[in-house]
Amino acid sequence: MEHAPVESTGIPNGKLGTWLFLASEVMLFATLFTSYIVLRVAAPSWPRGWDVLNVPLATLNTFILITSSVTIVMAHAKVLEKDKAGFRRYMFFTLLLSFGFLIVKSFEYASKFQHHHYPATSIFYAIYFTTTGLHGIHVIGGILFNAGLMIWGAGDGWEDPLFAGRVEYAGLYWHFVDIVWIFLFPALYLL
Amino acid sequence: MNGASGNYGMGLPIQASDAAPHIDLGLRVIHFAMFAIFILWSIFFVYLLLKYRKRAGVAAQREHMGLFWSLLPDAIVLGFEILLIFFYAIPGWTRFKMDAPKPEDSTQIEIVAQQFNWNIRYPGPDGKFGRTDPKLIDFANPLGIDPTDPASKDDYVSVNQLHLPMGKPVLIRLSSMDVIHSFFIPEFRVKQDAVPGMRVPVWFTPTREGQYEITCAQLCGVGHAIMRGDVSVHTPEDFQKWLAEASAPPAEARAAAPIEQW
Amino acid sequence: MKDHSEHGEHNGAHQDDFVGKYIFSVDHKVIGLQYLFTSMFFLLFGFTLVLLMRWQLAYPGTRIPLIGSLLPLSLAPGGVMLPSFYNSLGAMHGTIMVFLGIVPLGVGAFGNYVLPLQIGAPDMAFPRMNMMSYWSYLPGGCLMLLSFFLPGGAAQSGWTSYPPLSVINPGQTTWLIAMVFLITSSLLGSINFIVTTLNMRAQGMTLWRMPVFVWAQFVTAILLLLAFPPLEAASILQLMDRVAGTSFYIPANLVVGGKLLDHTGGGQPLLWQHLFWFLAHPEVYVLILPAMGIVAEIIANNTRKPLFGYKEIVGAMIFLGGMSFVVWAHHMFLSGMTPALSNFFLVTTMIISVPSVALLTCLVFSLHGGSIRFTVPMLFALAFLPMFGIGGLTGLPLGMPVTDIYLHDTYYVIGHFHYVVVTGTIIALMGGTYFWFPKWFGRRMSEGWGKFHFWTTLLCMNGVFMPMFIMGMAGASRRLYDPTAQLHNLTTQPMNVVSTISAILLMTAQIPFLVNFFYSIFHGEKCDSNPWHVTTLDWACPSPPPHGNFAKPPRVYRGPYEYSLPGAKADWIPQDVKEAA
Ligand code: HEA
Ligand code: HEA
Ligand code: CUA
Ligand SMILES: [Cu+2]
Repeated sequence: MEHAPVESTGIPNGKLGTWLFLASEVMLFATLFTSYIVLRVAAPSWPRGWDVLNVPLATLNTFILITSSVTIVMAHAKVLEKDKAGFRRYMFFTLLLSFGFLIVKSFEYASKFQHHHYPATSIFYAIYFTTTGLHGIHVIGGILFNAGLMIWGAGDGWEDPLFAGRVEYAGLYWHFVDIVWIFLFPALYLL
Repeated sequence: MNGASGNYGMGLPIQASDAAPHIDLGLRVIHFAMFAIFILWSIFFVYLLLKYRKRAGVAAQREHMGLFWSLLPDAIVLGFEILLIFFYAIPGWTRFKMDAPKPEDSTQIEIVAQQFNWNIRYPGPDGKFGRTDPKLIDFANPLGIDPTDPASKDDYVSVNQLHLPMGKPVLIRLSSMDVIHSFFIPEFRVKQDAVPGMRVPVWFTPTREGQYEITCAQLCGVGHAIMRGDVSVHTPEDFQKWLAEASAPPAEARAAAPIEQW
Repeated sequence: MKDHSEHGEHNGAHQDDFVGKYIFSVDHKVIGLQYLFTSMFFLLFGFTLVLLMRWQLAYPGTRIPLIGSLLPLSLAPGGVMLPSFYNSLGAMHGTIMVFLGIVPLGVGAFGNYVLPLQIGAPDMAFPRMNMMSYWSYLPGGCLMLLSFFLPGGAAQSGWTSYPPLSVINPGQTTWLIAMVFLITSSLLGSINFIVTTLNMRAQGMTLWRMPVFVWAQFVTAILLLLAFPPLEAASILQLMDRVAGTSFYIPANLVVGGKLLDHTGGGQPLLWQHLFWFLAHPEVYVLILPAMGIVAEIIANNTRKPLFGYKEIVGAMIFLGGMSFVVWAHHMFLSGMTPALSNFFLVTTMIISVPSVALLTCLVFSLHGGSIRFTVPMLFALAFLPMFGIGGLTGLPLGMPVTDIYLHDTYYVIGHFHYVVVTGTIIALMGGTYFWFPKWFGRRMSEGWGKFHFWTTLLCMNGVFMPMFIMGMAGASRRLYDPTAQLHNLTTQPMNVVSTISAILLMTAQIPFLVNFFYSIFHGEKCDSNPWHVTTLDWACPSPPPHGNFAKPPRVYRGPYEYSLPGAKADWIPQDVKEAA
């Protein structure tokens, strides 16, 4: 549109939109954390996370996610450097790590189910499965978006003026997913 | 059983507890003020509409009435609210919901709501409620009272029939065994949600002998509308007589007594 | 958030065929009209549901005339409704009116159509996201409607869905899934509104030159953005309780119908109430703010003078929005929460009424010195003032915990909020419909029928809701399938009859409106692009505006309400006119 509006915050629409979206996501997870605290404070007993959950696996997962946050930043940097191969490489690593996270997670879930621990088993498992499950859905959403960017970037997306921005927003979102996990990990496994 | 029908009209029901005069005072003061505010506003509003209706040759003026005038209504409403908060609302709330009477000085009762009945339990002469266990619940024992507990021997349970002595505080432990209900006696101006998993204290002092109605004020399922009960307030002597009669007979007779069911 | 287009993205190819133009359109005007027609349908549907309930309330246990014989046996055998059906109707009436009727009409329709025009933008910031918002709303709404026919039926735990009842009642799962769609729709919409307002304004349209309507929509969008996610989280937990057997809201050892519930327990029923009202209180301001914005626009236009205290109005709206996040527990005074908390929420509730009074004061004072034209939109806007006054004032005794002991969950509450939401919001939205109709369709609605519609509607609405205050004062509880089953309701039963008859008349009074509306779309008197002589930018483009809205990007030179400037030839100077001629 030739018709650029003049009065604006100067922040690109996409970026502002992403931040607002993340604000609503913060409210979503803040509510879940609040519920967790409320239920835990009222509970007569609460298992120690490290007794019932697999801390080494979760630690591994924390590393995986943090690393993937770094790789997505690198992918964005490569877009700015106009290094197409570099972008593809780092985005590929990011996707690989995200899948790694999900695979580790599914091992964790599977072993819980093997021991007949389901969401209905106790309020602790209810919280555990609901929060990590919702987080997992966010990871899947991120994978889909990142994969879409990779495909788009392999084709005509690379030349699109919006491309760099979208990779940046994907990164913002991915950091958010990472941060949620960094809160979940101690809250469920270590406290 | 319809001794309560005369208690109601188009306005507030009769006052039958210590809470009623206090709450009614508030309702009257607030409504009087609301009427006054509304009437004054309306007069001013209609005046503006008539005075400034479109007339040929008269243009609108851009000048406004001053800021002072616009802050005046805010200030009046705020002042009125501050007075109410500190001299009416907080003291009243403290009295009716925060400062419970001592159990020794009051008639103690346990009420457990259920779809769609009020189970009412008196501790009996020993003043102690017997132990309960949800696993023991069945039709004849809706509260799951444990018969092996000595304190439960003289407990008396009635369904939907609440008997109270006049002039002495009543302290109710309110709870529910399934969903949320709300214990409401209009004549007493008493209301409190009965929440499963919680035991909420409710207290008031009946001040008038007679028949009243318990109603359920919180949506609790298909029978919400028919979930009601009767309250009888007796003189202290009559109440003692009733309690002795009710809780004295052996357990067999009690179990056989017809339970009024809705 | 797939739609990260930098500026209004106009996909030419997308627009050509019929489907692209009218169904999957990305044009904010088409989407606005889609919202308009859909939400009008839902309003009428919600009204029909409540008429069935009103029949049962006035004549309990009797055959529902006309519709009764059409209803299936499982809902109303012999035309007499069952209690479970009554409860479904109540829950669905509340849900449909709030989430499918008023919010989509006030925000989705009016906001979508008018806001970009008023700030001089060619479209929303994210047109495709705008389309997704509608296409998430529609399936959510259809699912709600369908729930009557699905196994388990429609939800029957009230629009508030308090657990444990909502966890054990049938029908609730569908409700929760539909709510997730509706929440998604509102979130997409609110992000779009905020970005559009911040980033898409025409040159010269500074924040303090934005019409009040834009401010109202802006604050509303922020409320939606921050208040809905907690409900989404709460709904997910309730869904888990129902589907996965968890116990987030279920305490241990519940005995339902003589059987021990097989949930492990450990949850808290009050947790849901806190989360629900944390959304639902801001939600009521979502219902009222767009209406206030509409009223402000109409009043400024029809008094032919600037609004009194533009900045006060905007400030009050922002304050109202902020405060609305800290009053939620005034719905829970008697819920069993720690009583000391009530005192805190008492104080915040009293504080929040002050900006409402300030808003009303500014709107009433705006009449002073005006040259008031009693057009049809103006009649509705004027009626809004005292009617909202009644609704708002009756909120005060509810906000005092002591008096709320008596009034809570009685018909007084029903009266309170229908006064704000029906005689307040619906009246304002109707006024807005008459006001912007020429913009939408380039034609006018009939004035005469409009006046007829106004007076009958106003009268009937008061006939429906005024008796509720009397009933509430006498202690009548809400949500009663059969009011005559309890002694204390018997004396006020005639009030139920008055209310029902008024409601039927109210429905009848909408017929002239609907006929007028649809007839005028095709055959109304044609008018020029600015028939009301409005100053704001929405009237500075053709009616209806073409794709892209403005032929040339508008430039704004002045504030929104430059009426009756001394020395000017006309009594109005549009925002995009440089010199007072
Ligand atoms: C649009 C919606 C809307 C609005 C604006 C309001 C506004 C207010 N509401 Fe209301 N409320 C609801 C919708 C709304 N409410 C709903 C839907 C429910 C019930 C939900 C349910 O349980 O299902 C409810 C319930 C509700 C309760 C819970 C009652 C209970 O369940 O026991 C309370 C308690 O505090 C309350 C208080 C208030 C207050 C103090 C205001 C204040 O903001 C009002 C301030 C306004 C004024 C004080 C008016 C001032 C005007 C004048 C002074 C001038 C008069 C003018 C002229 C004559 C021209 N509301
Ligand atoms: C926005 C919300 C809204 C609206 C508009 C209404 C509108 C109406 N409501 Fe509703 N109501 C609720 C929200 C609303 N209600 C809620 C939340 C509850 C609580 C539910 C619960 O207990 O869980 C409730 C409960 C409730 C009850 C109590 C039931 C009970 O407790 O058992 C009753 C009883 O009479 C009632 C009646 C009515 C009536 C007669 C109308 C009528 O006035 C309707 C009038 C409607 C119109 C006139 C619109 C017609 C539409 C058009 C003409 C289309 C075009 C319109 C425009 C362009 C603007 N309502
Ligand atoms: Cu019990 Cu309503
Ligand atoms: Cu509220």
